[in-house]
Amino acid sequence: MKIPRPYQPDLPPQPGLQPQPLAQLAAPEDNVIVIKNLCKSFGPHVVLKDFNLTVRKEENVVVLGRSGVGKSVLIKCIIGLLRPDSGQILVFDRNVPDLDHEELDRIRAKVGFLFQSNALYDSMTVRANLEFPLRRHWIKTSQSEIDVLVKEVLENVGLPETADMMPEELSGGMRKRIALARTLILKPEIILYDEPTTGLDPITGREISRLIIEMQKKYHTASIIISHDMNCVKMTSDRIALLMDGKCYAQGPYEKLMSSPDKNIHPFFE
Amino acid sequence: MVPPTRLKAFLNEAGDIARFTSRYFLQGSRPRYEFRELIRQCYIIGYNSFPLVGLTGFIMGLVLTMQLRPSLVVYGVESQLPIMVGIAIVREIGPVITALIFAGKIASSMGAELGSMKVTEQIDAMEVSGTNPFKYLVVTRVAASTLMLPVLVILGDAISLFGSFVGINIRSTTSFSLFFRQIIDNFGFGDVLPAYIKTYLFGFAVGIIGCYKGYNSRKGTEGVGKAANSAVVISSIFIFVIDLIVVQITDLLGLN
Repeated sequence: MKIPRPYQPDLPPQPGLQPQPLAQLAAPEDNVIVIKNLCKSFGPHVVLKDFNLTVRKEENVVVLGRSGVGKSVLIKCIIGLLRPDSGQILVFDRNVPDLDHEELDRIRAKVGFLFQSNALYDSMTVRANLEFPLRRHWIKTSQSEIDVLVKEVLENVGLPETADMMPEELSGGMRKRIALARTLILKPEIILYDEPTTGLDPITGREISRLIIEMQKKYHTASIIISHDMNCVKMTSDRIALLMDGKCYAQGPYEKLMSSPDKNIHPFFE
Repeated sequence: MVPPTRLKAFLNEAGDIARFTSRYFLQGSRPRYEFRELIRQCYIIGYNSFPLVGLTGFIMGLVLTMQLRPSLVVYGVESQLPIMVGIAIVREIGPVITALIFAGKIASSMGAELGSMKVTEQIDAMEVSGTNPFKYLVVTRVAASTLMLPVLVILGDAISLFGSFVGINIRSTTSFSLFFRQIIDNFGFGDVLPAYIKTYLFGFAVGIIGCYKGYNSRKGTEGVGKAANSAVVISSIFIFVIDLIVVQITDLLGLN
């Protein structure tokens, strides 16, 4: 069952929207991701500057922001693909930048990542793509167990007949579903989505958004979703965090942010 | 004179390749060892390259024999044709031509494959799937390339010598056993071993340059094309440089 969440926006002071620190809203044990004062630069270009965010169990947080503002950098720092310059990224109370390879792999087994480009291994069949993370994380060794899991995730994403197909034979929407299936096969507790509906037509985009919600309910995952697609944002978000100038400029539920008169927030909802 | 910026870029590239090579030895010597992927790469790199190496080897042996023959006939030493062709093929032409063909096929495919994996985030996906992509992709490919090229050279040399046998029999007649006995009887330790050892170095150079270019590919699909292209060019240059160094060393050791 989903935990009811008392949403409070963390907005700049403005009439009708009173900021309240997130720490007061949820017990620390409910937090699966806590980001504190995260900084990341590429040469002279500062991308993240004292960024703070907390994600609770089974919560969908959408990170919204203009292109190139550092949204993908943020989730790549969370999964350990990029190393932050400073700050803390606590995933299940472990600070990701401090972890060695083995510890990082253990965390990664619990954190799924859906890439913007799907990142399906194009030299492998769909089945081999799905089996790959299972074999690499040493989670299931028997072939029968692997077969059961592959069948289960393919049925969950509505593509049970594609197991022996190559990624190139699939449409964009199907590839996205298979990429999601590959993420789900490890039964992660957190999923990071990097623009899950980008490049898809509106109908397929809505189907993927619906699938994200369904899978979240089924697997009880917490998610960080990077998206520009306001349909996807509206459908999937429990809370939106607005990334601006390297910081979390504002956060709150969709309706609250949409009705905000703030000139920096409003354009996203037009 | 070389402009300073180009010289700097060249030195940077050389430094990066050296770092990449040291990373290969460092990571390749530590577990987890990717034996299954290594065997798969040996099959892809070795077995799939064999038809091309075999075909070019046969043509090379045949053409070399047909072109050498008139000159030897003039001096009345036509009977020495198998020995001359055999030494030329085993000592120099076989290893170098096979390595160049291997570079054209394997270095370009490594550059393009790894480059495309990089730009489509497949390498990142591998990393989040609990896999060290450098070990899984680079170490296995370089090791397979190092192990497979010597095998291909031996097979290529044998096919080349058969091509030479066919070439001789176009204009004159010699038996199969006489042809090969003439060659083998005139081969020494110094003819075979240095040529064989340098094929390992060629294979390593082709693998490391192909993987380096692909793994560090940038700028999207344009970068993938450039990676494939420069992998072939640089590994071909490396083959000649290694050949030159090995010949100098064997000369110093009195093996030439």
